[in-house]
Amino acid sequence: MSSLFTRTSTASVLYDAPGPRARARYRLFGVLALIGVAGLLWYVFAALSDNGQFDPQMWDVFQYNTVQQRILDGLVSTLEAFGLAALFSLTLGALLAAGQLSDHRPIRWACVGFVQFFRAMPLLILIVALYYAFFAKEPMWALVLGLTLYNGSVQAEIIRSGVNAVPRGQGEAAYALGMRKTQVMAGILVPQAVRSMLPSMIGQLVVTLKDTSLGFIITYHELLFVGKAIASQPINAAGFPYIPVVLVIGPIYVALCLLLTALARWIEARGRRGANRRTSAAA
Amino acid sequence: MGFLFEDDNFSLFRDGFLQTIELSALSALLALLLGTLLAAFRVSPVPVLRAFGTAWVTLFRNTPLTLLFFAVEFGLPPLGVHFSHLVFGVLALGGYTASFVCEVIRSGINTVPLGQAEAARSLGMTFGQTLTLVVLPQAARTVLAPLSSVFIALPRNSAIAGAFSVGELYSVQQTFSERGYAIFAIFFWVACAYLVISAAVATLFRVLESRLAVAR
Repeated sequence: MSSLFTRTSTASVLYDAPGPRARARYRLFGVLALIGVAGLLWYVFAALSDNGQFDPQMWDVFQYNTVQQRILDGLVSTLEAFGLAALFSLTLGALLAAGQLSDHRPIRWACVGFVQFFRAMPLLILIVALYYAFFAKEPMWALVLGLTLYNGSVQAEIIRSGVNAVPRGQGEAAYALGMRKTQVMAGILVPQAVRSMLPSMIGQLVVTLKDTSLGFIITYHELLFVGKAIASQPINAAGFPYIPVVLVIGPIYVALCLLLTALARWIEARGRRGANRRTSAAA
Repeated sequence: MGFLFEDDNFSLFRDGFLQTIELSALSALLALLLGTLLAAFRVSPVPVLRAFGTAWVTLFRNTPLTLLFFAVEFGLPPLGVHFSHLVFGVLALGGYTASFVCEVIRSGINTVPLGQAEAARSLGMTFGQTLTLVVLPQAARTVLAPLSSVFIALPRNSAIAGAFSVGELYSVQQTFSERGYAIFAIFFWVACAYLVISAAVATLFRVLESRLAVAR
């Protein structure tokens, strides 16, 4: 454990390289903290096992093929909604960003208003309203459309701020060469903006992925909904396996999000090799 | 649009509004305290605490809030933990938001010029003194802007608590649609309420920012 966590460049500024007494003190704190954390974990574990949450009967459900298949189907539904929402929200974000940067005042105002409104709206309220109003039969489209409107607005803000962050000289040089606004945007500004903003755009995609779980509330059969359905059927008097279900489904979500985050980090590292590198803060 | 002022609809709506504010304020308080503590853990010289902070942030940032509410609402009662729905909601929402607050504060700590911490250390201050007397007060200023977006997101996220039986604006929306009012009229009023809350939080942070601003 210690080899993983001893050197973080951020932290070392805040305290001196420890001498013998400080090292002894840190070791004491470390042992106390370890005891505290271990005690906490043990308490949770003991509470769970005293309660019979680790009894084999509690976990029996996951041995049935049908249940495994349902979890897989739920995962596929989650990914389906995520894929569609990601695609649409990136498209909508690009359109809205273009609108916000437009030279025509009415278009600009409309797009700014649209973005600000949907950014301020709770996603759940939006999705439920869409569900009741239009998509009572097909909850997936309520979910996808809600995610698209909200995340599209956020993506638009990210892209817009990225375009504004490109050094002014780039656009000016392009205009001086006689390019038209569309050419300047599509050829010069947006490629540089997307490159620098890709990590935050993928970060927002992680948010999109997590928010697909709101489909649970409008009865879209995604991962969490399937989990609830599995947990709420009583199995041979052992009780409702809510906690086992959380312990199975939680890691799936965490793994998916970490995968996307790792992708963002990889792209960021790649981008840093290029010409317009942004050096991160040294501290 | 006028249905809000019929019958007892307005008092229902007002209660939901106040409950949303109560839930958000309590969660914000918990998130701020816990988040600062976790940030201190993550920069501390004790490896175990750093690992704990990192683990907490990784876990909570990558778990959907809906799943957290689900875990708290359905997972704790079988273990013999019985609180009101509001407390469950605050625990889930506060724990989730704390991980975001922690990351914001940690990045704020990184923006404080190196010389400040070095000067504090050369005066003989300990880690705790350096952090609480020198670094964190300065980090607080740069942190305000990103923190405001975290705390504007919080009341919006609190709507999810409404779906897990916490009394709240979302549950008001449900009640109204069960009473059969037009969905767009309901949506209009609920949207207005949330816009008011977001605007209030944004204004609060803008005031704080201008109050705390110093020439650097």
